Amino acid sequence: MGRITLDKVTKQFGDVQVIPPLDLTINDGEFVVFVGPSGCGKSTLLRLIAGLEDVTAGEIRIDGKPATDLPPAKRGLAMVFQSYALYPHMSVRKNIAFPMKMAGMPEDEQKRRIDNAARALNLTDYLDRRPGQLSGGQRQRVAIGRAIVREPAAFLFDEPLSNLDAALRVGMRMEISELHKKLDTTMIYVTHDQVEAMTMADKIVVLRAGNIEQVGSPLELYRSPRNTFVAGFIGSPKMNLIDGAEASKHDAATIGIRPEHIDVSASEGTWKGRIGVAEHLGSDTFFHVHDTGLAETLTIRAGGEVGLHHGDTVFLTPQADKIHRFDAEGLRIA
Amino acid sequence: MATQHSRSAARIMISPAVVLLLAWMIVPLALTVYFSLLRYNLLMPGTERFVGFLNYKLFYQNPAFWTAMINTLLLVGGVLIVTVVGGILLAILLDQPMWGQGVVRILVIAPFFVMPTVSALVWKNMFMNPVSGLFAEFAKAVGLQPFDFLTHAPLASIIGIVSWQWLPFATLILLTAIQSLDSEQMEAAEMDGASPLSRFWHITLPHLSRAITVVILIQTIFLLSVFAEILVTTNGGPGVASTNLTYLVYARSLLNFDVGGGSAGGVIAIILANIVAIFLMRMIGKNLDA
Repeated sequence: MGRITLDKVTKQFGDVQVIPPLDLTINDGEFVVFVGPSGCGKSTLLRLIAGLEDVTAGEIRIDGKPATDLPPAKRGLAMVFQSYALYPHMSVRKNIAFPMKMAGMPEDEQKRRIDNAARALNLTDYLDRRPGQLSGGQRQRVAIGRAIVREPAAFLFDEPLSNLDAALRVGMRMEISELHKKLDTTMIYVTHDQVEAMTMADKIVVLRAGNIEQVGSPLELYRSPRNTFVAGFIGSPKMNLIDGAEASKHDAATIGIRPEHIDVSASEGTWKGRIGVAEHLGSDTFFHVHDTGLAETLTIRAGGEVGLHHGDTVFLTPQADKIHRFDAEGLRIA
Repeated sequence: MATQHSRSAARIMISPAVVLLLAWMIVPLALTVYFSLLRYNLLMPGTERFVGFLNYKLFYQNPAFWTAMINTLLLVGGVLIVTVVGGILLAILLDQPMWGQGVVRILVIAPFFVMPTVSALVWKNMFMNPVSGLFAEFAKAVGLQPFDFLTHAPLASIIGIVSWQWLPFATLILLTAIQSLDSEQMEAAEMDGASPLSRFWHITLPHLSRAITVVILIQTIFLLSVFAEILVTTNGGPGVASTNLTYLVYARSLLNFDVGGGSAGGVIAIILANIVAIFLMRMIGKNLDA
């Protein structure tokens, strides 16, 4: 069981309010991703849930029981740190055994759980090595192993993939997602990478300056961002935001249109511009279009084999039903 | 430094330094060994002659010899225990965020800058003196008989004085080591359910092992040759109760004017230092491997 409820949780460091009163419910078995730019308070929020920081006001409940004043170890949560935080002088086996040893678990039960975790994470051959002798991905798995053996109510991940190279990151992303499917335990995952958020989450929490901007499934956030911040943050490449006269035509202060929702033509269309940089990825081509008179640059996604190049004049047509409209405060107009 | 050529070039280039250091060490050592085989007394000039190992035999048969050996080891061991344990505790204390941290740290480091003769005299006259010392005042204030430290517990008193001098060194090294401990490791241990005591035992102490090794090795080098503190406080007494090997060598060569006997004692001190070094490297040297 791992249902976590935050009720008006507030955090202040001195006079600085990092988290204004915040409500959030995380259901049992959910994979929740906190995402936001750096300094938005997402790590602080995770540390509040973990108990590594004290809340200034408000209440945290885990499975309905108040946990606000419980020490970290008593909350039944396990955390995987950004730096992995393995104990360098202990072997992999001892690292994984550490939480069980601290809990005073019988030796044979410890051994059984270590073997299970090692098998699940492909660590069996490395159990007697030290963390210093492992690669980044293996260290990551040891850190996860140390979390798994405690059979926690929920896992907390603090930017666990940011120290890995791109190829490994994709691999570990899948492994963590599979682990979630297999264990069916609540997971809270903090990242600044919206791709990780979109690919892994059941529910994304977008944070800015400690405020929750929007909560929803990845596709909800993609289809109907609640404001311009979420619109610009979710999706890659970023949504094009246009204001001024063109926006007024749609009765909005700002309109947004995603790069994949603009049709490109060499001969005719609504808007006209000149191609700046063209990024040919094979499957797709991203055009950065200038001189449209709408915004400095519009980003357009086209097919991989479009015969357009740097300097060409292009005509653009936005798909009318995919235009997002925002008012002067940046809020979505339904 | 990969090719044969660059390796031999490197060897040639460091050779002047190696030769210089070698000569620096070999010449005094050879002279000491040479003197130790002579009958060489400053009171009887011109009677020097080769006597073989007689000086060693006499030094060894001196009733003070074993006392001095044991005192040397007790002094080194005692000071090491006090400074390492005290240093760890002080380092942990100084690592806590507190008001006036900078000033407190400077105060803690201060004893290291006081020269040994001065600090020993301060301790002897201002603290341990049974008539006018501060400890005697405390004892009298609570109605106890003042304790004459340097007469009744001379070696323990010297261990105390030397520890006071070396505690800052140990604290400083261990404090920097503690500050390099990754805070996420401590938090991970906290999440894993480790109590503060087991966090210290399982995380902090292993992290400090290398720094502790450095402290022990460096201090041992200096503690084997403690001399000034003994000279200005007890003069090795009462009797030979606080005489260590260094002081015995001094007494032999400069109080009895027996250069031959003193040199023999010096060679024995070198052998003792090497035995201690071998034991230390065996026991804790592996901590220095990365």
